[in-house]
Amino acid sequence: MKVIIIGGGKVVYFLAKTFLSKGYEVTIINRDQDYCERLAKKLRATIIHGDGSDPYFLEDAEALKADAVAALTPNDPDNLFICQLAEQKFKVPKTFALVNNPTNEWIFQKLGVTKVISTTSIISSLIEQQVTVDDVTNLFPIDEGKVTVTQVVLTEESPVLGRSLSEVSLPYDSVLGSVIRGDEVIIPRGDTRLLKGDKVIVIALPENQAEVFKVLLGHEKEGVR
Amino acid sequence: MYILVVGCGKAGSHLANSISKQGEDVVVIDNREEAFNNLSTEFTGFTLLGDATEFELLKEAKIDNADVVIATTTDDNVNSMIAQIAKDIFEVPKVLARTFAPRREKIYNQLGIDTICPTTLSVTEFEKAILD
Repeated sequence: MKVIIIGGGKVVYFLAKTFLSKGYEVTIINRDQDYCERLAKKLRATIIHGDGSDPYFLEDAEALKADAVAALTPNDPDNLFICQLAEQKFKVPKTFALVNNPTNEWIFQKLGVTKVISTTSIISSLIEQQVTVDDVTNLFPIDEGKVTVTQVVLTEESPVLGRSLSEVSLPYDSVLGSVIRGDEVIIPRGDTRLLKGDKVIVIALPENQAEVFKVLLGHEKEGVR
Repeated sequence: MYILVVGCGKAGSHLANSISKQGEDVVVIDNREEAFNNLSTEFTGFTLLGDATEFELLKEAKIDNADVVIATTTDDNVNSMIAQIAKDIFEVPKVLARTFAPRREKIYNQLGIDTICPTTLSVTEFEKAILD
């Protein structure tokens, strides 16, 4: 697997290290001379000092042969263009763009860059999971949002308290993936009873989410971002 | 006509001044307050301070009503992103982006963005002057 990473900082260093340990071929393009020199000493990767959004340097990195390009700079517009460039000119099969501004997640997707990594969204989701104040938390989107994974906390108003899973009629395209009860993780079966305070992980198609919340919480609620 | 100019540097401010003088409605966006000092006293348009790659700001500038969007910040990729948002998401009829790097221009064009490249324009003029 040949991966080209454009970006810097510790994340890129450790990401490259991780990929190298899996046997991938890694090339890093970065604008800072010092950073490039340091990385060249520490990693068995190809390090290119240049602007990854300039076709010239991607060509240098042999982008035509790359399996994936990851644009991980702190600048969303640069990441957008790098991915578009990689796809259009170099026909790279998979391109990933980091977005710092979560709004750019859907904007990038609309502009054709579908694999978007929004660190803000991921981190906020992780924190929210642990500090759940709302009864509904959206977890990681899967495959660009085609499947939603949501955590629902069963409050005392929940109509399904005390019922077993087989007695709960969840909408058609939805599944209760797991139940977290305190420190315990339960993979539920038909006879698993749902209790107050249970954190229920629901896997559903986006269009069925509202219905799922209605069944589990007793009221309609939009997924919280 | 409502023209939205993004970037109030030398080119952006000059353009905004000129168009405003011709009686068109102009809004200029820049994320540096000092940049608006480039606007002449006769400028009758509006200014908006902020990052034009932020969707909310573009909405605030009523980009959906714009007839023309000109992206003329100092960063080619920023101009490209703004131009794409204007064209593909807000369907602004006329969108132009300034691009300094000729190598990137081709790709921007492939993405459907009309570009003005000062570099190649200057070279053309220089060549004309040299060879005449």
